[in-house]
Amino acid sequence: MEPNTFLGIELGFIMIVPVLGGALAAAGLLVWWERRLLGFWQDRLGPNRLGPFGVLQIVADVIKLFTKDDWVPPFADRVVFTLAPAAIAAGMLMGFVVVPFGPGLAVIDLNIGVLFFLAMTAVTVYGVLLGGLASNNKYSLLGGLRTGAQMVTYEVFMGLSIMGVVLLSGSFSLNDIVRAQEGMWFVFPQALGFIVFFIAGLAETHRLPFDLPEAEHELAAGFHTEYSSMKFGLIMVGEYIGVILSSAMIVTLFFGGWLGPDFLPPIVWFTLKTAFFVCSFILLRAAIPRPRYDQLMSLGWKVLLPITLVNLLATGAIALLQQGA
Amino acid sequence: MSLEIALFYLAALVSLSATVLTVTRTNASHALIYLIISLLAVALIFFLLGAPFAAALEIVIYAGAIMVLFLFVVMMLNLGRGSVEQERRWLTPKMWIGPGILAAVLLVELLYLIVGTEVMTPGIGVSPKEVGIKLFGPYLLAVELASILLLAALVGAFHLGRRYMRARREEIE
Repeated sequence: MEPNTFLGIELGFIMIVPVLGGALAAAGLLVWWERRLLGFWQDRLGPNRLGPFGVLQIVADVIKLFTKDDWVPPFADRVVFTLAPAAIAAGMLMGFVVVPFGPGLAVIDLNIGVLFFLAMTAVTVYGVLLGGLASNNKYSLLGGLRTGAQMVTYEVFMGLSIMGVVLLSGSFSLNDIVRAQEGMWFVFPQALGFIVFFIAGLAETHRLPFDLPEAEHELAAGFHTEYSSMKFGLIMVGEYIGVILSSAMIVTLFFGGWLGPDFLPPIVWFTLKTAFFVCSFILLRAAIPRPRYDQLMSLGWKVLLPITLVNLLATGAIALLQQGA
Repeated sequence: MSLEIALFYLAALVSLSATVLTVTRTNASHALIYLIISLLAVALIFFLLGAPFAAALEIVIYAGAIMVLFLFVVMMLNLGRGSVEQERRWLTPKMWIGPGILAAVLLVELLYLIVGTEVMTPGIGVSPKEVGIKLFGPYLLAVELASILLLAALVGAFHLGRRYMRARREEIE
């Protein structure tokens, strides 16, 4: 590895600060942005009182959350109940470690970058699952159970849909994957992979329309029914960080990451593309109703799995042919 | 290098103590959490020894999928205070004697082997590509056998599930 240092400190260590701060700030901003955007699409105003365009709404929300009673139910498993929200947020934040924001601008360029991302999203399942279990409440338990099945199922398709990209670029390193897209974005040869990854990303972050773990009309608030105050806040922040992480990964894997015409710096291209996908996540929330749980599962196993397998087979065959020629 | 050794022993310590706690916890979900931590520590050890691919798979498959299913079963069984009490009654000091002796024999053997053999080579980095080439080269048969085993499990699960669904459907009609 080339010595990538700044003032004698390795660049990766310095990158931790802006990545952590940026992700958290973006998650906070997204809370407001989502409500404004939803308001726009649903022909209403949304929060517009505090600060210019209501952008300081998040400050008011945080003050409200901090002054609320931080209640742990007496029937809950105290330690696990307290640690579960932290596991959600920490797992999602760890995923940002491998995301390349620009040429060489990543905390670390692992040669297993893609797998590291998958591993970290896999670990966040526990936050939801244990939160549901430790709450000792039937709605929470059902929400947790749904999450467990939903996330394990969609992890399979998420992993398989990336494999086509890995095949074409010949590397698990996200930096190499971005560089391999200099000729063409992978969304064109891997259109099926992109569609599956997008849907799996929605299900992994359990966002609407796939927010069955917390479906409020049937399960109160699902796995976080018993959570209040800043513990609830941490769960929400974790969810928004997940949305940003999914969008960043879609951009990196399928839309050329930080690549773009020269008139803007790479990190701006990366931010713009990621913001576009964050908005499309929000648009889906505004546009599509929630499916039934069994519909979600059968969509996964009966439609997405065959699609990814066919995609992988075709990509492998074409890669082999090109190698032979 | 010394930092790596310190990290290794720290991860080993975490892994060992988490495993011991897995065995001694009376609450099933707490035991599972310790087992997950133990697996994460083992993944870190793999990484330090120069096998990042094995480390990633350890987390994705063992910690991320298999343990989720374990936890899933624990959640569905709805184990409450009663089962904790029952476990406590079962885990008496007398119960530890047999397993303790057997584990001690293995420990002595292990120590003998470690002392007897030369120092193992410090980890050589193995890239994911090399693992793939090995798996689909000399170890192809093992890969195929493993996939046949999984296929058999899948067909078996489908068969059992279908019988259950048919009985349910007749009930409804």
